[in-house]
Amino acid sequence: MADTATAQRTVKFIITRQERPDTAPYTEEFDIPYRPNMNVISALMEIQRNPVKSDGTRTTPVVWESNCLEEVCGACSMVINGKPRQACSALIDKLEQPIRIAPMTTFPVVRDLVINRERMFQALKRVKAWIPIDGTYDLGPGPRMAETKRQWAYELSKCMTCGVCLEACPNVNDRSSFIGPAAISQVRLFNAHPTGEMNAHERLEALMTDGGIEGCGNSQNCVRSCPKGIPLTTSIAAINKDTTKHMFKKWLSL
Amino acid sequence: MSGNSYYSRKLHSLLGVIPLGLFFIEHALTNYSAFEGGKEKFLDSVHGLHDLPLIFFLEMFIIWLPILFHGVYGLYLAFTSNLNVGRFNYGRNWAFALQRITGVITFIFVIWHVWQTRIQVALGNTTYDELGEHMHSIVTQPGYFTLYFIAVLAAVFHFSNGLWAFLVSWGITIGPRAQRVSSRICMGIFVIVSVLFLLSLFAFRGDEFASASAAIGTLQLG
Ligand code: SF4
Ligand code: FES
Repeated sequence: MADTATAQRTVKFIITRQERPDTAPYTEEFDIPYRPNMNVISALMEIQRNPVKSDGTRTTPVVWESNCLEEVCGACSMVINGKPRQACSALIDKLEQPIRIAPMTTFPVVRDLVINRERMFQALKRVKAWIPIDGTYDLGPGPRMAETKRQWAYELSKCMTCGVCLEACPNVNDRSSFIGPAAISQVRLFNAHPTGEMNAHERLEALMTDGGIEGCGNSQNCVRSCPKGIPLTTSIAAINKDTTKHMFKKWLSL
Repeated sequence: MSGNSYYSRKLHSLLGVIPLGLFFIEHALTNYSAFEGGKEKFLDSVHGLHDLPLIFFLEMFIIWLPILFHGVYGLYLAFTSNLNVGRFNYGRNWAFALQRITGVITFIFVIWHVWQTRIQVALGNTTYDELGEHMHSIVTQPGYFTLYFIAVLAAVFHFSNGLWAFLVSWGITIGPRAQRVSSRICMGIFVIVSVLFLLSLFAFRGDEFASASAAIGTLQLG
């Protein structure tokens, strides 16, 4: 019995933790019993059940966020072995060990692996990433969207505001106010919609102010990092074209 | 930065190509004439340029002011960027990092190079006619030659990759294929313009540019 217990395979984790937003980060090591098909979330659940470090001392359970567990909500984004990604789709079998886990520090850290992605939701508000249809009476059906357009627009609609593209972007940091790739791609999505298009200029103008689309420096890390495969750099270049056109149109109509 | 950074950034990108990029190509061709046609051809090119009408205003508005804005605002932009090629070891991310590094190198080099050439002319320490010999005396020193060699490659990279980024930032190349093709073309431009500049650097090292300066030297002695 005792032999099988000691012979059990374990997985080593090195986790960057932080008690409060304003305290210094530190790392802790854990050896988690291996189970087939486990992912980073199930390993964190194991730590939650039995918060004991590699050296045998007890600690507080590591805190993280997750929800859908199928890579559609974006809540569980963290830096796993150096790359920002979703913990729920990070399979232990496919990761190099020891597995290093850290919060996405582009965002304010709340505690351990929990970050505050508020800035992304503010960005969506800023660019009016919605279709305004509210009114005092029924406006009737809107115009139809061409199927060819719907197909690529659908890809853009997969964004789950996970923040990975902001973490990967070298221009999203506290020295710059760049809005980040996700919101720019959402402008393209809502401007492509036949009803949303009616307010296209408002979204473009929101991106033509400080911290807007001009913050992009074309490192193209975002498109290589997006878990949803969203063509972010195509969206950015397309919106570059639209804002440029909008700028000239405004000048000519002054 | 005061004002709306959308417009400052657009202006920065535009000035990098027009007029600075155009001037850069012109500079490469003038220098190359030293390699192609030797001293005489180089002198012709230099004179051709300085005989342009309103040369003071041309220099002012096509070179000095754009360089000042592009350089200073560019330094600020470089300061606002992180370099994360360690974590994201991708080709385009390297180009992004190099664009900023070569930008800083180019900015420092341009100040120094202008001091060594244009300002020496203005101070009367050399003349346009002696520019070839002046360059000869600089690039025959191994230290200066190495600096010029590195700085020229940095400047050409900054120009070629900047051209690629210009096409994206103005919404001209949008899809991945268009951006791939334009990046190949820009790399081609990098090679061609580098060769032009480097050949002229070697040409300035040649005896042809030395003899005259020796002659001037002896004349002054006499
Ligand atoms: S664009 Fe992709 S990486 Fe960026 S927030 Fe949306 S899903 Fe995440
Ligand atoms: S829990 Fe929803 S994406 Fe991982």
